Amino acid sequence: MLAEDQKKVVFRIFRFNSGDGGAPRFQEYTVPVQKGMTVLDGLVYIKENLDGTIAYRSSCRMGICGSCGMIINGFPQLACQTQILHLESQVVEVRPLSNYPVIKDVVPDLSSLMRNHTAVRPYIIRLDDEKERPTREYLQSPQELEAYLQFAYCIKCGLCLAACPTVATDASFLGPQALAAAYRYIADSRDSGMEARAPILDTPHGVWRCHFAGACTEACPKGVDPALAIQLLKRALVLRTLRLARVQAPAPVAPPLAPAPRPDIPKAPEPTVALVREQKSEGVEERRS
Amino acid sequence: MRESIWWTVSIACAVVMVLLLSLHMGIMHLAGLLNVLGLNLGDVRAFSAVVARGKNPVQMVVYVIFLAVALYHGLYGLRGILLEVTQNRRWEVTITGLLFLAGIAAFVYGTYVTVKTFTG
Ligand code: HEM
Ligand code: SF4
Ligand code: FES
Repeated sequence: MLAEDQKKVVFRIFRFNSGDGGAPRFQEYTVPVQKGMTVLDGLVYIKENLDGTIAYRSSCRMGICGSCGMIINGFPQLACQTQILHLESQVVEVRPLSNYPVIKDVVPDLSSLMRNHTAVRPYIIRLDDEKERPTREYLQSPQELEAYLQFAYCIKCGLCLAACPTVATDASFLGPQALAAAYRYIADSRDSGMEARAPILDTPHGVWRCHFAGACTEACPKGVDPALAIQLLKRALVLRTLRLARVQAPAPVAPPLAPAPRPDIPKAPEPTVALVREQKSEGVEERRS
Repeated sequence: MRESIWWTVSIACAVVMVLLLSLHMGIMHLAGLLNVLGLNLGDVRAFSAVVARGKNPVQMVVYVIFLAVALYHGLYGLRGILLEVTQNRRWEVTITGLLFLAGIAAFVYGTYVTVKTFTG
């Protein structure tokens, strides 16, 4: 007997095993659902109580790790962030993400996502030695942070590629995730990697294949807006080609701190001989003077 | 070669098309509106006006410019669509080459017909 606030929902799950050569099919399971249960909770219930052979990927169960992307009732979504009752449907259909090969059931092979992501060199590129031999923190204003912050929230879930109509037809297209990641670093005031990344981005299967369908932005569970990043990237690349880009030196490191002595605070007692020697070797004496 | 060069040219062609189409709409179809603004071009669609334009070298040059920009923009767009379903560098070069030749051929033929019409 179900409690008052429980209802039954049918989970229609895509079943396929790339290893056994069988044809894909759907299998149905009836799941008792309560308010607050997510699609991932439903899958966990099935695996633990009804069928231990279903395969899905998950980890954080809180929209952080990007593991549980799947097509839920026709839309790419994170299973752990999708409330079953919010779907307002008696049937929850779960398929693997589109535009990726399937490993098993709803587990996609995200290699293409990772390959394209690494291809755009998603890290700060500096022409100086600061990254290898850091001296101090970089200087970055809140405005400079704003220029890329939104695009830094990507969790590499791959939903945007599953939604993108260009990825569906062009297997070589870099895709919204990688292009947004490229812009995230190009827009970062600490970075000077435009020249290193442009040969990957400014190509027939790079940024120019985007027709601004905007499906990536609609799908993104983190509010990254990859479609916006791609249009800003197009602008940056055209300005570079027309030699109209404002060439800005990458953010410098913060100047050394030189605390000014406050007159209202009494001077510290004279250091011991050993301390004086130590401070001298660290250059503290010079900075104070 | 940077793809951004060809893309920017394609967008520039679209801008030229918008300008020329605005001119066309303004002169040929919005004479009443221009009249209100104090610009009287006369009866631009009278037979004599059409014949006069058909001998005007400025009109001929504008036609050829329109032909060039529309051809470039349209064929570049078609190339984009075809490259989307091409995953092989050799095919990409072949498609680009064939479209380039088709564009040149269409431009030469179109220019020949236009010049012949205006001067013949
Ligand atoms: C005022 C006239 C026009 C304007 C403003 C215009 C503008 C544009 C723009 C902004 C794009 C998108 C470019 C991109 O996404 O990278 C485009 C694509 C395209 N245009 Fe035009 N266009 C015009 C006329 C034409 C004409 C006359 C043709 C055909 C001869 C044409 C054929 C195409 C094609 C085939 C594409 C590619 C579509 C795609 O990639 O999905 N356009 N146009
Ligand atoms: S941009 Fe959004 S949808 Fe795409 S991988 Fe990143 S978080 Fe996921
Ligand atoms: S389990 Fe980590 S995002 Fe869903």
